[in-house]
Amino acid sequence: MIRTLLKGAAATGTALFAATTAFAQETAAPVAEAAAPVADKGDTAWMIVATVLVMMMIVPGLALFYGGLVRTKNMLSVLTQIIAVASLAMILWVMIGYGLSFGGDANQFISTGKFFLAGVTADSTVATFTDGVVIPEFVFIAFQMTFAAITVSLVVGGLVERLKFSALMVFAAVWLTIVYFPIAHMVWYLGGSDEATGLIFGWGALDFAGGTVVHINAGVSALVGALLLGPRIGYKKEIMAPHSLTMTLIGTGLLWVGWFGFNAGSALEANGVATLALLNTFVATAAGVLFWMLAERALGHKSSLLGACSGAIAGLVAVTPAAGNSGPFGAILLGAVASAICAWFVVSIKPKLKLDDSLDAFGIHGIGGIVGSIGTAFTMLPVLGGPGAADYDLGGQLVIQVMAVGVAIAWAAAGAALAFFIAKLVTGLRVTEEVEREGLDLGEHGERAYNY
Amino acid sequence: MKYIIAVIKPFKLDEVREALGAIGVAGMTVSEVKGFGRQKGQTEIYRGAEYSTNMLPKVKIEIAVDDALAARAVETIQHTASTEAIGDGKIFVLDLASATRIRTGETGETAL
Repeated sequence: MIRTLLKGAAATGTALFAATTAFAQETAAPVAEAAAPVADKGDTAWMIVATVLVMMMIVPGLALFYGGLVRTKNMLSVLTQIIAVASLAMILWVMIGYGLSFGGDANQFISTGKFFLAGVTADSTVATFTDGVVIPEFVFIAFQMTFAAITVSLVVGGLVERLKFSALMVFAAVWLTIVYFPIAHMVWYLGGSDEATGLIFGWGALDFAGGTVVHINAGVSALVGALLLGPRIGYKKEIMAPHSLTMTLIGTGLLWVGWFGFNAGSALEANGVATLALLNTFVATAAGVLFWMLAERALGHKSSLLGACSGAIAGLVAVTPAAGNSGPFGAILLGAVASAICAWFVVSIKPKLKLDDSLDAFGIHGIGGIVGSIGTAFTMLPVLGGPGAADYDLGGQLVIQVMAVGVAIAWAAAGAALAFFIAKLVTGLRVTEEVEREGLDLGEHGERAYNY
Repeated sequence: MKYIIAVIKPFKLDEVREALGAIGVAGMTVSEVKGFGRQKGQTEIYRGAEYSTNMLPKVKIEIAVDDALAARAVETIQHTASTEAIGDGKIFVLDLASATRIRTGETGETAL
């Protein structure tokens, strides 16, 4: 059987037994005999660091990456949108998000329990992937919280320069509840029984750090939003060149560094798998940088900085589901292939479409996430240096990965459409034409990013 | 008095400033401007989105000189700013009706 790297929280903390007795029975039974396990200080320290590294990916990382790509008049609106939706996600996570994703056994689509973190104390622990090893539940809650926060922030990339700030906030609250929390549960929750274990996790799908949950989810939702919103005024007629690729490079660097927390932290322990994810996060990204620039040359353009930054993100996205499920050379291959496919889509296909996925949230996170999630079936292969066993069943795993991708796409598309529809009813989606021309900085926030 | 306006390539600014200083031009006003002439614009491509910019960045120098210096100043700018390629810019000379130094109230050539 495939070694499944799960993020499902099998509760073993003594404080949790009362609240989730049924759930704790199976997973906690062997552990309980050997007395309640105590979290290792090294693991705990690493998970704290990994958690704040993911925070750095959002503000300032993603904020600057996206901000640099818009026009000067909308810079501040992007920064504001990112810090605001990420903050909203954090509050929502501790209120209902953790409960709906990892709170306790209910069904294959959702958890219930631990709303408002009921019953969780500093002594509560969750199981990792190694028998008998636990980490404090609070750090697991915080780590997973940053994932919810960055995923909703990524969606902003398809919507910039025209979406109302109020609409974004309504969308974010609804979308996290009906899309992110259920998908996180489906992909990462190990319950006490098959009926309570997440649907996709139960199939045996491999998603080390969030190819489906984070990237396909965000990319597809951004695509739906871009279609519903329509293109920006002047799209393809006026110059919409990035106002500061310097900012975008700074953002790229912060994202890359933060991604070590994201991917290596997803091992949930300071161990060998974490270091494998660390190395893969270097080399897949490096391959992404080079192959996007090569793809630009192949498509008749110059190799560009924006291409290098885009390739880095494509490589990072692709290696996310594979981070601990790949050897370094499999990761290089995956980063290269994903980057070249994303580049081909973004550079050659998208300009022919009417679609204004403004910052290519779908083109990079959606496509890169799909390639990475399906590609993870291949990177497991021992012949590519992957950690699959000698009898690893590529065909079977491939089918499971494709099914997981299909569910993520369908769920995200339907849920995002509903969330945008609700936002439209409550606040309306687009700013007025006047505000859009003047810039969202002044129109929506009453400030400018730059006062020279 | 003459008022000389020269539009030149930005990287030539320092050279022109030094050369004008050497022949006795005491001050100048400089602005970053955009424009086009015979030299057409350039194409920028961001992730496949192509933008042709037909305005190119230039530097505009404005100096006020007395009549005796005007011809030499024009000649100096022309020599210094030239790369012998299109896009080197242009020099315009206008008659200057008056000049006043704000600090002292001096007028005419003494104010330059």
